[in-house]
Amino acid sequence: MTKVIFKRPRALSDKPFHYCPGCTHGIIHRLVAEVIDDMGIQDNTVGVCPVGCSVFAYDYFNVDMFQASHGRAPAVATGIKRALPDRMVFAYQGDGDLASIGTAEIVHAAARSEKISVIFVNNAVYGMTGGQMAPTTLPGQKTTTTPRGRDKELNGLPVKVCEMLAPLDGATYVARVSVHDPKHIMQAKKAIRKAFEIQRAGLGFALVEVLSTCPTNWGLAPREALKWLEENMIPYYPLGVYKEPAEVK
Amino acid sequence: MSKVLMKGNEAIGEGAIRAGCRHFFGYPITPQSELPHYLAKRMPEVGGVFLQAESEVSSINMVYGAAGAGVRVMTSSSSPGISLMQEGISYLVGAELPCVIVNVMRGGPGLGNIAPAQGDYFQSVKGGGHGDYKLIVLAPASVQEIIDMMQLAFDLADKYRTPVMVLGDGILGQMMEPVELDDEVTVPEIPARPWAASGLKGREKPNVINSLYIVPEECEKLNQRLFAKYAAITAAETRWEEYRLADAEIVLTGFGTCARIAKSVVDKARAEGIKAGLIRPITLWPFPAEVYAKATAHAEQFLCVEMSMGQMVEDVKLAVNGKRPVHFYGRSGGMVPLARDVLAEVRKLVAGGAK
Ligand SMILES: Cc1ncc(C[n+]2csc(CCOP(=O)(O)OP(=O)(O)O)c2C)c(N)n1
Ligand code: SF4
Repeated sequence: MTKVIFKRPRALSDKPFHYCPGCTHGIIHRLVAEVIDDMGIQDNTVGVCPVGCSVFAYDYFNVDMFQASHGRAPAVATGIKRALPDRMVFAYQGDGDLASIGTAEIVHAAARSEKISVIFVNNAVYGMTGGQMAPTTLPGQKTTTTPRGRDKELNGLPVKVCEMLAPLDGATYVARVSVHDPKHIMQAKKAIRKAFEIQRAGLGFALVEVLSTCPTNWGLAPREALKWLEENMIPYYPLGVYKEPAEVK
Repeated sequence: MSKVLMKGNEAIGEGAIRAGCRHFFGYPITPQSELPHYLAKRMPEVGGVFLQAESEVSSINMVYGAAGAGVRVMTSSSSPGISLMQEGISYLVGAELPCVIVNVMRGGPGLGNIAPAQGDYFQSVKGGGHGDYKLIVLAPASVQEIIDMMQLAFDLADKYRTPVMVLGDGILGQMMEPVELDDEVTVPEIPARPWAASGLKGREKPNVINSLYIVPEECEKLNQRLFAKYAAITAAETRWEEYRLADAEIVLTGFGTCARIAKSVVDKARAEGIKAGLIRPITLWPFPAEVYAKATAHAEQFLCVEMSMGQMVEDVKLAVNGKRPVHFYGRSGGMVPLARDVLAEVRKLVAGGAK
C-alpha cells in the first residue's frame, strides 16, 4: 500500500505557477493554501491579489478571488468584508504594492482594525516591472532605478512596514517571517495561520510580512538569492512578532 | 404616501435606500456632504453599512470589493473627488461590476469652488478613466426625480453589470423641494449574482473578479463585449423629456438645473410669440441624439444652455449633424445662467434668423 504524504493543497488549483525559478512567491502561495486547507475554510474564503508578480494569483488559489488595482487591495478587501462579514478575506500584496502606492490603504485598514488578513511579500524590489527600487530596497542595493545603489540622500531610507504598522492601535497582529530555509518556512506557516485565526475570532487586523527572494532582478542564482536574503535582509528587517493580542499568545 | 420637504442630497440617500442599497462608502466633499450625513444616520436604521473611507481612492475600491462580493453599493462625491475615483471606475467597468456613483458637481478645474457647475460632463460621458468605456449617466432635474431615479440607477447597473453615474450639480444637491414618498420602505427584489466572488460555498469553480486580459485578443474581446452592451443600452435605455417641442422653431436644450432654467425661458419666449421648445436629456450617455435629429424637421436653430464652457454642445452638434446651427450659452466656474440672460439670447437669435 502506498500512502500519500505530500500533495498539492486543495486550495491551490492545478495551474503551474508562472514565477521565475527560485522565486519564493510559490512557497508563500503554498503556505497560504495549506492554512486554508488546515482550517477547512476553502468554501468561505475570498482572496484579493494586486498588481505585481503575484497578479495571477487568482489563477492559482482555488477560492473566490479578486484582482485589485495597484496598492488598493486593503480597500477592496474592506469592501468585501463589510459586505460579507462572515467570510474569511485575505489580501496578498508585494512591497511595491503595499509600501509604495498603497501606503494609505494599508495604514487605514490597520487603523480601522479591518478584520482581514494581509500577506505582505517583501522582496526588496519591484519584480514585475523590471527590478526598480521599492520602498523596501536596502541602502546601497543596486536596482534598475538605483544603478549606483540606493542612496539615502537621493532616495531616502526603506520603509519598515511591521515597525510602522504595529504601533497603530488598530493593528492586532503584526509579524515578520522569512522563507529562506525549511525551519523558517514552518515558522512562516504558523504566522500565516495565526493571521487567519485572528480574523476568524473577529479580533481585528492581521499582517504577516514575508521576506521573499527575487533571483531574477537581484541577478542571483536561486540558492545565492536565499543566502542574500538571510545575510542582508534579515539584519535590516528583523524577524519576529511585532504585535500580538493577549488572547492568542 | 406622504409629502415631505427634502434636500436633493438627502433624496439621493433616501432613494438609494428605497432601491435596496445597503452599502455606502464615501469621503466628505462639498456640495454633497449632506448625503453621507444622511446615510451615516439612516443606513444603521435599515441594517446597512455606512463607512467613511480615508480617501476617494479607497471609497471607490471599497465599492469594487462590495460590488464584486454581490451587494448593491454606492458612493458619492463632487468633482475633485470623482477625479480621484477614475482609476477605480475604470476597474469597475473592466470587471463589469454594478454600482452607483453620484457626482454633485462643483466649479473647477482644480480646487475651483463649491458653487454649482456642470464642467464634469466630458469626464462623465466620454469615459473619464483610462481605456475604452462608457458609463450610463443619468441627469435628474428635480428632487422628486432624484428619488425615483435612484431605483432606475441601481436597476440599470444590475441589468447591464455596469457602473451607473448619477450626475447632478450643487443646486440640485442643496435645494429643497416637496417630494411624494411611500410611507413604507419595501425592499425591492435584487437580482441574483451568480458571478459574485463571495466564497465557493460548494461551487466547483472559483469566481474571479478581474479586469486583467494579458492576451491582446482577449482584451479586444472584452472591449467588443462592452461595446455590444453599450449598443443594447443605447437601443433600450435612452431617455429624454420634450417640452413644447412639436412646432418649436428654436429648441433650447440643457440638462439638470440648466434644463429647468431653459424650460422657464421657453414659457417666457412663447408668451412673446416666439416658438420655443425644449429637449432635456435624462440619460447623458446614451445621448438622445435621435430626438435632436428629428427636431431638425421644424427647428431652425438650437441653443444649448450649460453651466460649463460648452461641453454638451458638442454632442448636440453631432446629433444635429450640421443640418441646423447649434448655438451655445454658458456660465462656468460656479456661475448660474439667469433666465433673463438666456431669454435675451433667444430673442437675439430669433431676430437674427438661423445662420
Ligand atoms: C497605477 C499603476 N502604476 C504602476 C503600475 C506598474 N506596476 C506593475 S507591478 C509594479 C510593481 C510591483 O512590485 P511589487 O509590489 O514589489 O511586487 P513584485 O512584482 O515584486 O512581486 C508596478 C509599479 C501599475 N500596474 N499600476
Ligand atoms: S521577477 Fe522576481 S518576484 Fe517576479 S516572479 Fe521573477 S523572481 Fe519572482
